[in-house]
Amino acid sequence: MKRVFTSLFASAALLFAAQNEIRATTVTVFAAASLTDSLKQIAADYEKTSGDKIVFNFAASGTLARQIEAGAPADIFFSADETKADALEKKGLLVRGTRKSLLGNSLVIVTPTDAAAIHSPAEFTNAVVQHIALGEVKTVPCGTYAKAYLEKLSLWSAIENKVVPCESVRAVLAAVESGNVDVGFVYKTDAAISKKVQVAYEVPAADAPKISYPVALIKDAPQPDAAKKFIGYLDSDAATAVFKQFGFIVLTSPTTE
Amino acid sequence: MSGVEWQLVGFSLRMALTSLLLILPVGLALAWWLARKNWPGKALVETLVSLPLVLPPVVTGLLLLQLFGRRGLVGSWLHSTLDCDVVFTWRAVVIALAAMSLPLFVRAARTAFEEVDVKFEQLARTLGAGEWRVFFTITLPLAKRGVLAGTLLSFARALGEFGATIMVAGNIPGRTTTLPVAIYQAVENGEDAHAWTLAGVSAVIAFAAVFISEKLLRRKT
Repeated sequence: MKRVFTSLFASAALLFAAQNEIRATTVTVFAAASLTDSLKQIAADYEKTSGDKIVFNFAASGTLARQIEAGAPADIFFSADETKADALEKKGLLVRGTRKSLLGNSLVIVTPTDAAAIHSPAEFTNAVVQHIALGEVKTVPCGTYAKAYLEKLSLWSAIENKVVPCESVRAVLAAVESGNVDVGFVYKTDAAISKKVQVAYEVPAADAPKISYPVALIKDAPQPDAAKKFIGYLDSDAATAVFKQFGFIVLTSPTTE
Repeated sequence: MSGVEWQLVGFSLRMALTSLLLILPVGLALAWWLARKNWPGKALVETLVSLPLVLPPVVTGLLLLQLFGRRGLVGSWLHSTLDCDVVFTWRAVVIALAAMSLPLFVRAARTAFEEVDVKFEQLARTLGAGEWRVFFTITLPLAKRGVLAGTLLSFARALGEFGATIMVAGNIPGRTTTLPVAIYQAVENGEDAHAWTLAGVSAVIAFAAVFISEKLLRRKT
């Protein structure tokens, strides 16, 4: 029995050591859920050329901001909303001068492919629309944007009781895909990766709040140097091409070095 | 406590109580069946009933979502024939809570039934009592403490349920948000004071339920 415990302990210690060793060249990126597919592809390219490893924590930007506040060991924050980065910056948790707004996006209304309930937001008040999936309005930027848009249309109070808050924009997408909700607000880039939803309405840029994705280095980053390099890569031509391919609007002009 | 907090506590208590109404008949029947009868495949049913205790709650939630979703087996039928949606409504909360707390109730009630001496039941039968009468006048009264303790435990479990609930019922303020889900959301939103208030209320209710059920179980005749 004693021997079993000793070997268990030894292997646990080994695993622990191995984990620390991996971390030595690993950059941890806390990124908005809507960036999942594009960033994974960009990171795969980057890992090949740089030798650094990129690991992600994809979630709602508000959730990520809370985790960073709580001291999560992250290097980079890539938010879908400027206000979430503002909040962290105010608390001194982002490194000054490293923040830049890289991407834009547009808001769309999606319905399940086989059950197109509506074609414009005005129809939200119809009885056929029972559940409207939205990102949780405080933590999920896409939900915050959607609420602001619906308030601008003076529709919010009329449809508020149909809202199903979801924990990230991808959760909204999944809810619409499953058919358990009738419509949902996601980004154009999320709608594009799903075959089970269709875009019923694209919110014109003039009507929607400005959607902007800032990236920044986190103050207590375990790997600040490697992280800075990756942030630099994010507005390289190669990365920009991937973002564009997924339908993002690229805000900054690519560096020419 | 604010109005919203009282609403949450009231809603959660109502949901847990409603789920108890679902559990009691099913649970009592199952417990009695497992305690008194032997049949082929009994071990399988035993395992299945206890599974939600050890399965990750989100897995139970996933199964319920598959079953009760608008395209699910039961959900599509309910939607088309009764025009009744389950997922993202209070009904989903009740179903999730019931599925998660049924095992606790069945286990407690079964043990209680097994402790009842079969001789008393046989005696009642020789006096001409039918099976229902035997159950309600002999077995159940003698197993009362264990059954009550099980009821309280599964009630407490229902109040604390998170994983399955958030999968099938979501987090719709005022309509499907239960105490644990509200606590999670409050922490996510950075409303720590709100979270602590709700956590305190949960702790008090859980403490009371476990305390009383322990007392019931310990008090030997």
